[in-house]
Amino acid sequence: MRLTSGTKVAAVVATTALLATACSGGGTGGDDAADGPVELTFWTWTPGIEKVVDLWNAENPDIQVTVNKQDGGDPAVTKLLTAIEAGSGAPDLMQAEYQKLPQLVSAGALADISGEVSGDLAGHFPDGVWNAVTLGSDAVYAVPQDSGPMQFYYREDVFAELGLEVPTTWEEYAEVARAVHVSDPTKYLGTFSANDAGWFTGLTQQAGASWYGIEGESWTVAIDSPEVRQVAEYWGGLVEEGAIDNKPMYTPEWNAALNDGSQVGWLSAIWAPGVLAGNAADTAGKWRMAPMPQWDASAPATGNWGGSATAVTSQSEHAAQAAEFVSWLNTDPVAVQALVDESGIYPADIPASTAALADPPEFFANQPDFYELASQTAQTANPFTYGPNINVAYSAYNDEFAKATEARTQDAFVEAVEAVQAATVADLKNSGFSVNE
Amino acid sequence: MTTETTLRGALGGTPTPRRDSPRRSARARSVTSRRAGAPWAFLAPAIVLFVAFLAAPILYALYLSFRTEKVSGLGLGPGSRVEMWNGLTNYVNALADPEFLGSVGRVGLYGLVVVPVMLGSALLFALLLDSRRARARNFSRVAIFLPYAVPAVISSLLWGFLYLPGVSPFYWIFEQLGWDVPSLFSSRLVMFAVANIAVWGGVGFNMVVIYTALKAVPSELYEAAELDGASQVGIAWRIKIPIVLPSIIMTFVFSMIATLQVFAEPMTLRPLSNTISTTWTPLMKVYRDAFTRGDLYSASATSVIIALATFLLSFGFLRLVQSRAFGQEENR
Repeated sequence: MRLTSGTKVAAVVATTALLATACSGGGTGGDDAADGPVELTFWTWTPGIEKVVDLWNAENPDIQVTVNKQDGGDPAVTKLLTAIEAGSGAPDLMQAEYQKLPQLVSAGALADISGEVSGDLAGHFPDGVWNAVTLGSDAVYAVPQDSGPMQFYYREDVFAELGLEVPTTWEEYAEVARAVHVSDPTKYLGTFSANDAGWFTGLTQQAGASWYGIEGESWTVAIDSPEVRQVAEYWGGLVEEGAIDNKPMYTPEWNAALNDGSQVGWLSAIWAPGVLAGNAADTAGKWRMAPMPQWDASAPATGNWGGSATAVTSQSEHAAQAAEFVSWLNTDPVAVQALVDESGIYPADIPASTAALADPPEFFANQPDFYELASQTAQTANPFTYGPNINVAYSAYNDEFAKATEARTQDAFVEAVEAVQAATVADLKNSGFSVNE
Repeated sequence: MTTETTLRGALGGTPTPRRDSPRRSARARSVTSRRAGAPWAFLAPAIVLFVAFLAAPILYALYLSFRTEKVSGLGLGPGSRVEMWNGLTNYVNALADPEFLGSVGRVGLYGLVVVPVMLGSALLFALLLDSRRARARNFSRVAIFLPYAVPAVISSLLWGFLYLPGVSPFYWIFEQLGWDVPSLFSSRLVMFAVANIAVWGGVGFNMVVIYTALKAVPSELYEAAELDGASQVGIAWRIKIPIVLPSIIMTFVFSMIATLQVFAEPMTLRPLSNTISTTWTPLMKVYRDAFTRGDLYSASATSVIIALATFLLSFGFLRLVQSRAFGQEENR
């Protein structure tokens, strides 16, 4: 009979344990810093970043940073937003992809550190990248870590075999695409991928588009702009005539096509060597990188595909110390060199990156000036502003451009641009944002 | 002792135990109260788990479905988002959303393909295995059941490979034969591409359910039928199928629910194709609204609608067929 009360106790203990598990699992945002070092937690998914942070911890006994590894950009943002909603549990420092920043700022998750960082910080980064962390305002919501300037990657051997010149304008790119496909109907110079909204965004950024903007106290949405239409019409035309493939990237089929030479080129970003080495290992030494084909050859430009920044969260009680660490991590020559060596990133910081990136990536050993060229292209990235519901715009891109690439008509591509604009504006208004049309 | 007490109570006296002493009576009372608590103690873990992981989330989702979040101005900075009541607006919007209605229609068509094919094959396989001339019974049973053990995400990845003309060995063979087979990811065929995975994975489970029911049929029935000159097909048609009808109905209800909730297969195939949208099925729309758009409120409303529809369809169907399928058992 003693069992009864015993079981009751057990049940209570079990319940408490469950509740405790449900409630714990947060970070250590606000430590008492009266005495002892300031403790900062850092959510990041950059590989090998612990070693870079160790350098800081060794030099700064008063500000100790603890890395808390995340699965990746999307899950980390979901976790952070949950912690912000809950009022506690957010880290002090947070890695975030550029396109996620407006959403995080809009949710009140990030601190404005413009008062904590030095005024010449902006000069370290290309305008296009700096714009992404300020949202075009006077505030500074993060410090850029790495960027993904876009370039054109192509199979040098196939080009030589077919006697093709590297295209410098989009007009030439179209001609080369036709020539490649005519030489062998199974071969394409590239594909239009409805799966990769970030890729298309980068292409429109190069053409001078900025999908969002801020006018006074209102957002503007310029997805249906002359620049985006120009890009959509161009690709729609190529897909319609069949000079370019219409299958998505990052499928087993696409990987195989890169490896067996059916895909002869790839409009990609600075991290492309890593992807090619993984997906098309048989083609080592056969690729070369060139600047993007241009709309206006006299004013070379590029866009960004990927990249992330380091932010201080609004729950941090040590914003000043956190901002100090963030500036060091992303602009100090020693830190940037360590990020390149340990994490293999392409740093956004211009002065430090030129020194840090001397040797070409292994997969591009045949191109010794790889990073010199990359650095030149990186500085031509056009300014671009992401908006608070870029997630909605991206998911609308997936659906609308999937329909258009399946339809294979130029008109369908233009209609897709209109549909993405409409879905994005409707969502902004529905959420209550003030929108200028 | 219990009977005696009850008896005395029934006779009108106070239920006092025989050879009573005050001490013993107190202990007996405390024993009774402790006994009353015992079931609760044993149930507690289950109740706690049920409440924490099922009831509470459902109620919370229900609560969220009547709420929304409104942003003001640029929506930047703290305090620019306010959570508020939204009445039935989320429900009205969900029911009027062409994407949601489209996904429901798609799932309806998908069910018309999947359910008859899957249950038909399951029944056929079960009858074949149960027939007297079946050979390698255990091997066949395991072989047909095995796909059910493969998680839907894995099987979708495997099938996805086989569907992509560029890497599929089947398409390579078609090409060698000079056949021009269209891609299964083209807009007309993509439904069948998804349905095929569901059928491949689901036949085994349903076959086992029906086969188990068949095994329970007493063999005298078959002997009697054979004496009366019934053929094997006749026995299957006139004896086996009517007897296992309740199992078939059960598998039908399960399949119907699974159809309404189809998610893993199209979600895994989506990045491989241009023809599966992010709102291809109702649950994919819920997922997109909740985790891509970050709108938990309308996602909750859509989930509640799907749950209610599943509930109504399942019980409505059971009620409809109950008298026919289970009637004879009850009348027995």
